[in-house]
Amino acid sequence: MNIFMAAALLSLLAVGEAVEKKEQEELLRPLQRVGREGVGNAEAAAALRRLRQQGPEYLLPLLHALDSAGPAAAHWLRAAGDLIVEQALATGQALPIQELEAFVRQRQHAPRSRELAYDWLARVQAATATRLLSELLDDPSLELRRQAVAAVIAQGEQALERRDRPAACALFRKALTAARDVQQVQLLSQRLQQLGIEVDLAAHFGFIRQWYLLGPFDNTNNKGFETIFPPEKQISLQATYPGKGGRLLRWQRYQTRDPYGVVDLNEALGKEQEVVAYALAVVFVEQERPVEVRAGSNNALQIFLNGQRIYARPFGHHGMRLDQHIGRGRLRAGRNEILVKVCQDAQVRVSHLWAFQLRLCDELGGAIPFQQAHLEP
Amino acid sequence: MRRQAGTLLLGVLLVWPAQADWPQFRGPEGTGVAHLPDLPWRWSRHDNVRWCASLPGRGVSSPVVAGNRVYVSACSGANGARLHLLCFDASNGRLLWQRQFWATGPTTCHPKTCLAAPTPVATQEAVYALFSSGDLFCLDQDGVLLWCRTLAQDYPAFTNDIGLAASPVLAADVLVVPLENPGESLVVGLDSRTGRTRWQLPRPKDSSWTTPLVWRRPAGTWLVLQSGTRLSAHAPQTGQEYWRWSERELAKIPSPVAAGTDLLLVAGREALLALHPGPPVRLVWQSAKLRPAMATPLVHQDRLYTINSAGILSCAAVASGKILWQLRLPGPFSASPVLNNDKIYLVNEEGVTQVVQLGDKPQLLSTNALEPTMLATPALAAGALFLRSDQHLFCIGGKAP
Repeated sequence: MNIFMAAALLSLLAVGEAVEKKEQEELLRPLQRVGREGVGNAEAAAALRRLRQQGPEYLLPLLHALDSAGPAAAHWLRAAGDLIVEQALATGQALPIQELEAFVRQRQHAPRSRELAYDWLARVQAATATRLLSELLDDPSLELRRQAVAAVIAQGEQALERRDRPAACALFRKALTAARDVQQVQLLSQRLQQLGIEVDLAAHFGFIRQWYLLGPFDNTNNKGFETIFPPEKQISLQATYPGKGGRLLRWQRYQTRDPYGVVDLNEALGKEQEVVAYALAVVFVEQERPVEVRAGSNNALQIFLNGQRIYARPFGHHGMRLDQHIGRGRLRAGRNEILVKVCQDAQVRVSHLWAFQLRLCDELGGAIPFQQAHLEP
Repeated sequence: MRRQAGTLLLGVLLVWPAQADWPQFRGPEGTGVAHLPDLPWRWSRHDNVRWCASLPGRGVSSPVVAGNRVYVSACSGANGARLHLLCFDASNGRLLWQRQFWATGPTTCHPKTCLAAPTPVATQEAVYALFSSGDLFCLDQDGVLLWCRTLAQDYPAFTNDIGLAASPVLAADVLVVPLENPGESLVVGLDSRTGRTRWQLPRPKDSSWTTPLVWRRPAGTWLVLQSGTRLSAHAPQTGQEYWRWSERELAKIPSPVAAGTDLLLVAGREALLALHPGPPVRLVWQSAKLRPAMATPLVHQDRLYTINSAGILSCAAVASGKILWQLRLPGPFSASPVLNNDKIYLVNEEGVTQVVQLGDKPQLLSTNALEPTMLATPALAAGALFLRSDQHLFCIGGKAP
């Protein structure tokens, strides 16, 4: 073969690859375009009928498409990929194992794309997938990290069965450092306590424990939620304010000792109905950074970060659960003020709860380190 | 005209579940009643369990059965955000297919429930699976996705920190999807073939876990919706409201049921009501002693059955609400009772099914323990009773037909 023939062959191959890539893109596009209110479902269903006939060469393009897919499009792409894998396994076609393994390792991809690649890998090569878990303890995918932590927990349990206490302690500590799943954290905390090691859950989760509380303001007929009381305009710990029923209100220090950072306003301010309380925390962080301010509360709630409202839920009685309210913002380097407005209504027959808990996290729920100021009101 | 009528009949046959199926929450017509021959009333792990299949995660949704296929939803993983739909061969428990999706909406739930709380709907051709995150899927019987909706994206103010648990129902070719919550509260009617919205109704801004009732009456079909402060009847095809009743605070867990020409529903924490539908709506009778806890009342012939928070099974006359007998059973009960011929099956949360022979004097026939936790209402179809725990799906039956 002379050099010209080789060049022509290479160029033909390149053209062939380009044509194949274009075909793949065209077949995947209807799935990627499905949007809100089911727009594009019919086109996606037609494309899926053709896609399910395709081979495993579509899996990597599909994972790449998933990186930028919206919620409904993600459902379609996953459905297509799972059908292709099913068909490949039924007909004895090989999956691109090495490429899938490499894709899982590439953290620039979206968590769900990597989770799906991992699922496929685990389906055909369980040993490879299990081995890969040791690299995923600090993974940005909550699900992959959860599986990696579960594997370390299992090792810890085995060490316990062998009565190797030091190894079990080390493994459980390692798992706890990585764990972001609440149930896993609770399990690990129990295990470590059984081994005589205290776990500061509030610190692990990043709960704020020191607060300044102010209240009650009036919330008759739930009007207080939208009423802008003085603390929303300016914070002054030395100031006094007229409260509900003409009471003179002052900021008061409060420290919660609850392992989940719960601030019980009934206990701190008295059992009240149709009232508003404010809670202020001053925290210091080293660097400017994004933050998720995550709260739990059964009450109507607002969260302000450095004077900006970052979350509002105007109704209560939905139970109190960790992380049920999430406000997103940026922490400044140095001093930051977090103000929480908690509104109790008249429906105490449904629930007396007037409380909240709040923590500062990264997007995976990992605690952000902070210091608290000891200011005197 | 004849051709049109033929097409219409064919259309109805295509979307209508076969009578032997258990297509939705509480089965055909949402009655909880079946007429299966030779259904065992005693079983154990080793006796009369036709098959048992492992499930990949929790679920409080009921199994549903159509065309000898059993469908079950489940959830697993971090925050329960892995959504599963599984399809089994009803006769032997073979897993025919399993699909998995991600939750794209809210994942917070009361610890007792989970994202796989609403019961799917199945026909001979398709299965519809709603999850508490607002993700809704329609797949064909081979597990191929036909359409999906991400309702938390469609209605961004939709929220329910306790967890959505009301089940969708099928009214001809309209899939009715209840999304009652403290935020953007509504019920939507979707075209079952395309997933497109046909109508949407604003509802009281509060959580409600009652499943809509598709009530086929001689004068036409009503879609009955029950919220904490409103009972209303609508045209299933358009959502048009026929009447509403807001005179009492209503329960938000047990669903309304049809009882002849009347409706049975639970008023707040007070009583079971029999209403003659309007307009105007008329209270026929009410009984505090018949008020159920979580379970939906069951009506068969001229009698009704309720189970309360103390585990008291009550039998009463539908016409008057007069209590005929009561029987105390170990609970607690989250699942609604189901009835086959002359026996009632009650599953408690410990996974113990108690079978009661009905009649003028009740008789506890058996107490059948499998495993905790069972919160899901069972299904009766394909000659068997289907029970789902957090880990397994059990098929209780004699020898496979």
